[in-house]
Amino acid sequence: MFKYDSIADLVSAAEKENVRISDLVIKEQAEARECSVEEMYNKMHKSFKVMIEAVEKGIVKDSRSVSGLTGGSAWKMREQVAAGKNICGPVFGNAMIMALAVSETNACMGKIVAAPTAGSCGILPAAILSVMDDRKIPEKDVVMGMFTASAIGLVAANKASIAGAEGGCQAECGVGSAMAAAAVTEMCGGTPQMVSDACAIAIKNILGLVCDPVAGLVEIPCIKRNAMGTANAFTAAELALAGITSAIPADETLWAMKKVGDSMSSALKETGEGGLAATPTGKRLKVQVFGEE
Amino acid sequence: MDVFDIIGPIMIGPSSSHTAGAARIGRYALNILGETPVKAEIYFSGSFAKTYKGHGTDKAIIAGILGMDTDDPGLKYSFETAEERGLEFNFHVCEIENSHPNTAYIELTGDTGKKVKVQGASIGGGNIIITNINGTPVEITGKFTTLIVLHKNIPGMISDVTSILAEHDINIGRFDLRRSPKGGNGVMIIELDSDIPDGINEEIKKMDKVISSTLLRAI
Repeated sequence: MFKYDSIADLVSAAEKENVRISDLVIKEQAEARECSVEEMYNKMHKSFKVMIEAVEKGIVKDSRSVSGLTGGSAWKMREQVAAGKNICGPVFGNAMIMALAVSETNACMGKIVAAPTAGSCGILPAAILSVMDDRKIPEKDVVMGMFTASAIGLVAANKASIAGAEGGCQAECGVGSAMAAAAVTEMCGGTPQMVSDACAIAIKNILGLVCDPVAGLVEIPCIKRNAMGTANAFTAAELALAGITSAIPADETLWAMKKVGDSMSSALKETGEGGLAATPTGKRLKVQVFGEE
Repeated sequence: MDVFDIIGPIMIGPSSSHTAGAARIGRYALNILGETPVKAEIYFSGSFAKTYKGHGTDKAIIAGILGMDTDDPGLKYSFETAEERGLEFNFHVCEIENSHPNTAYIELTGDTGKKVKVQGASIGGGNIIITNINGTPVEITGKFTTLIVLHKNIPGMISDVTSILAEHDINIGRFDLRRSPKGGNGVMIIELDSDIPDGINEEIKKMDKVISSTLLRAI
């Protein structure tokens, strides 16, 4: 259960009480679950810890997924960043390492936290942990940022969808990206309205992205889309924190996402029948894993 | 849904529906068997049948049958664990008509020779619905403690059983009454708001006209 129907409701309630969105959400959810704020925090902190472990476990040289299709990218990315060769500097480089690491941990049957789904599990940890490290943000504020992220995810789930099978990749990596943008914006001192704008910008930029997994597996293109979703979260947070607003309000971007998802062909919604899955290479890889039909 | 449905569950990858959900179906089948499993025949239908190897659905369902949670790192090595513990298992691919795309049917044999047949579907986000137990159609999410009471079909049975629950101050979340395919007996499926001690189930079992009562804890 969640009291807030829209992102606009969240923003106005936070502004009225002069608190962060996370302060509002943790209190409301503690009441709904009939537990203390402290218990809520501790439960979220457990997920925070699992995210850190998923990063550590994912940086493995020549790791291979269960299907054998993917692996080893987080390691390669780290080599590049460690050598100081990556283009966008250490924060972005570390975020890319983390997004790939968590997604590869997932593909290798390791332990992850769905955020909002397993397919999009790398975006939120990559964004919040890389910014935390760089800015020396206290752990407490990062865990609170996760409550803001989950509030955005809840509104998105209620207004649109967070399932690739219903809304395409925009519903999974898109919402994951908006959640990460919201958390980073709040962690960096953004106002509730800036959080809303960051969310709106993230959704606008990813609108229409299809869910077209090769062989139906959570690997190609999912792992790299987690890296992209993180980059998009940074773009959205950077813009919002600079005071740049979204012309289309966050709730309307979610409405648009729902409409776009509804009009998407089912071949582009997690069936493994369209997009990259339908390319000659995509089909060949499917045969490689599962054999001929 | 609440915040922990969005950031969560904590799970072993790669897929909430094809890995975490499969583990929960296996775990619930173990719950229904109620003893150490020695043999499992597993039938995958729909998307499960097509992609189970790539998603580790096979490893996950065996892990569940061995009693592992969806976040247990041992899930990846469940085949080895099954061998150590003497669980024999086989996978089959089939097409179960009119079933959800992610459906598994499990025939489980326990160490006393007890057999159960359980069908379940993984409906997304790690959520499941058990759809059939030993030939009786059911609808159980596994999220709540559930009583399955097989009884003679005579007037007053519902009030007799529910008053025992009421006496112990147990609230019912969902109540479902069905007719068993065999002998016209009734089946009550009662989802409870809170967990209950075994003693209450024993009381129900002792009731006249109750054929059997099974207490299934939430997973």
